[in-house]
Amino acid sequence: MITLNINGRAHKLDVEPEMPLLWALRDELGLMGTKYGCGIALCGACTVHVDGEPVHSCSMPVSAVAGKRVVTIEGVSPRGLHPVQRAWIEHQVPQCGYCQSGQIMAAVALLRKKPRPTDADIDVAMTNICRCGTYARIRTAIHAVAKPAKA
Amino acid sequence: MRASANASRRDFLKVSAAVGGGFALELAVPGLARAQGGSGGAEVNAWVVIRPNDTVVIRVARSEMGQGNFTGLPMLVAEELECEWNRVRAEYAPPHEHLRRNRVWGSMATGGSRSTRDSHEYLRKAGATAREMLIAAAAQQWRVPASECRAASSVITHQRSGRRLRFGQVAEAASKLPPPKDVKLKDPSEWKLIGKSQRRLDTPEKVTGKPVFGVDVRFPGLLHASIAQSPVFKGKVKAVDGAAARGMRGVVDVVQLDGAVAVVADNWWRANQALKALKIEWDEGPNGNVTSASIKAFVRTGLTDPDARVGRRQGDVEQGLAAAAKTVEAEYYAPFLNHATMEPMNCTAWVRGDRVEIWVPTQNGEAALATAASAAGVSERSVEVHKTHLGGGFGRRGFQDYVRQAVHISKAVGKPVKLMWSREEDMQHGFYRPVTATRMKAGLDAQGRLVALHMRVASQSILANVRPQDIKDGLDRHALGGLIDSPYAVPNELLEFAMRNTHVPVGFWRTVFHTQNPFFRESFIDEVAHAAGRDPYEFRRELLASSPRNLGVLDAVAKAAGWGSPLPAGVHRGIAVQDSHGSWAATVIELAVSAKGEVTVRRVVSAINPGHVVNPDGCVAQVQSCVVYGLTAAFYGECTVKNGRVEQSNFHDYRMMLIGDMPKVEAVFVPTGDFWGGMGEPPQASIAPALANAIFAATGKRIRELPLKNHGFSIA
Repeated sequence: MITLNINGRAHKLDVEPEMPLLWALRDELGLMGTKYGCGIALCGACTVHVDGEPVHSCSMPVSAVAGKRVVTIEGVSPRGLHPVQRAWIEHQVPQCGYCQSGQIMAAVALLRKKPRPTDADIDVAMTNICRCGTYARIRTAIHAVAKPAKA
Repeated sequence: MRASANASRRDFLKVSAAVGGGFALELAVPGLARAQGGSGGAEVNAWVVIRPNDTVVIRVARSEMGQGNFTGLPMLVAEELECEWNRVRAEYAPPHEHLRRNRVWGSMATGGSRSTRDSHEYLRKAGATAREMLIAAAAQQWRVPASECRAASSVITHQRSGRRLRFGQVAEAASKLPPPKDVKLKDPSEWKLIGKSQRRLDTPEKVTGKPVFGVDVRFPGLLHASIAQSPVFKGKVKAVDGAAARGMRGVVDVVQLDGAVAVVADNWWRANQALKALKIEWDEGPNGNVTSASIKAFVRTGLTDPDARVGRRQGDVEQGLAAAAKTVEAEYYAPFLNHATMEPMNCTAWVRGDRVEIWVPTQNGEAALATAASAAGVSERSVEVHKTHLGGGFGRRGFQDYVRQAVHISKAVGKPVKLMWSREEDMQHGFYRPVTATRMKAGLDAQGRLVALHMRVASQSILANVRPQDIKDGLDRHALGGLIDSPYAVPNELLEFAMRNTHVPVGFWRTVFHTQNPFFRESFIDEVAHAAGRDPYEFRRELLASSPRNLGVLDAVAKAAGWGSPLPAGVHRGIAVQDSHGSWAATVIELAVSAKGEVTVRRVVSAINPGHVVNPDGCVAQVQSCVVYGLTAAFYGECTVKNGRVEQSNFHDYRMMLIGDMPKVEAVFVPTGDFWGGMGEPPQASIAPALANAIFAATGKRIRELPLKNHGFSIA
């Protein structure tokens, strides 16, 4: 038995220690917002937070996250929408939407570390693949979140 | 089984009413929505259901794969319905109901940028018809002539008395009235929704991780499958040793299919781990030695084949070339490409006796239904198809190979099974953009005018597999798109075609042949302009004098990009024009190239005439999307073949553009309002040639074979 702390709740799972976190989330816990895209920690569709850091859950064994705080798209904003999610709506980012959970998780982590990211910061942090080409709107939305609220 | 068409319609209404925010609930818990019964929505017609609280549910027959159908198509209905837009919800029209109701929703096929251009009229009529029925129901209640009543913002008003009824109050009565035979559609000048940017209806849920894509279908008892298909296309399974796999945790079964083996388990990762433990011996068939080089050599034999078919002939090209003051000749080549949708191919199937249910992200619900029926060996009336959101489509999901597999697997294990391909399977078992070789020869007269053009295309045919009846006497006109209808006025012209089909399956890859062929045509026209010592924009202008739509977008893009205006040192422009999928588009790309071949794309300006721009912001998104799709392919896209199989396996060797590679994109819409064109594909057609022409302008290097990475270029 492995105990995982997911979105603030403890889950006891009877799974192999080497099972990737992604498949524990999706097929054991039914948290379907985190997506499979490549399985080799490249595309970012499976991005979640582990102790606040963005992590590719497809390549992270559950044994490595035991005792750590895992946050998925379902838990990124316990009450209402996260400012990043609101900016995503405001700037009409998603097209097919498949990669967007991972994009949002990566953006939330970036903004937590760098509340005013430069374009270069965004290029380095946001390595998630989007085949629909929502990149320009992702950049705009991240900058919009970073803007100070008007007085 | 359902007793009658009416009963079926009633059941469907209950489902529609119960599912609330769309199809998600029904999908997450199949059967539940059906059992819950209705909360009272009234189906005014097949497209429009109105609830007592005035919520309008608009059915969508085509698939939502990112291109915005779940918003743009309902806009067309709502425009005429006169309902408040913020009360509109979209839901899929189920393919099985479609079959039972005599295909009431028209075509469900989603491809060729056809959704809007093929259905705009019947969708607007559906809205207008429903509106007239709502007005008639209110007029009946008031005992006044319908002509004295008007509908606006989900309210019907009797103008003389000022009495008002909300849509939700009369929808039930309206649904029982006969539909009017003729309804007049608004003049475009009266449109309130069409032509004004509306927020996508599917955005709020898409930022929460809640939408149900095919891979997200989930219900108790559902098993998971991972599949290994013959690495060499068209190969067979010779033998499988599944002993080790069967002993692994969670594994339920090993299922052998035609040319594939699947492992079924209680978790996809376990299924995939066990799949890796299988010992499969493949019968590779005759193609185990095929390579990219052998394919290219074979395709190129079509360039000199004396038995080529004539696609287009005008004047006398031989004489024209012989008399020319100067000739230009070049050969071009384009590789296989994978669609690489972010969501890999998948389908959930549940075969119970002669009943089959599938949940699938497909671009063609009717084809998915027919495939499921044939795979299970049941009648089409025994199949239910639940469409999910699509994590990208780009043409790949017009094929239903994964549906057939999922049905076979479920039937074999007697349980519901969700089959998902690994990325590696997805990369190596696509329906690739066809390889194409082209040889072109142009003749210029002493004044530098194009007087003769000979084009020879050797290509794999998509239609040869999917619609062989459309190939007449060896001529695949579809494979000549962009050439057979080239708008350039050339007095002596010959276009020939030689089909060269390889063992690699090919299919409709976004913008289809209007990606390779425009790269050939528009690059070559650039070469010819250069040889004539002419400006490539002015050279095209003259040749397009009698093609106002091409000329229109060409002029628009030149103006918006400032063609001819001075640029900073080291910055250069390329231009290209290409109509496709019912719309006209042209692109100017501005870039700089470093000594190491790193290309900084500073600006992509795209001018489009799609006739009508239904949802402007959604159309901007499609231009951005086409730029990324087109640039990714032009720089990096190539599926190579070795030992009969595709060599690329994942995103590490099939590279994608990332956010840092995204150039500034400017979309310029110049709709002329006299036709309805496509939007999801046309903006891509002129991307690759505009890029290659700009690189030529910057470096003097003419790119005649894609991708650019093979010539030492990369995105800076």
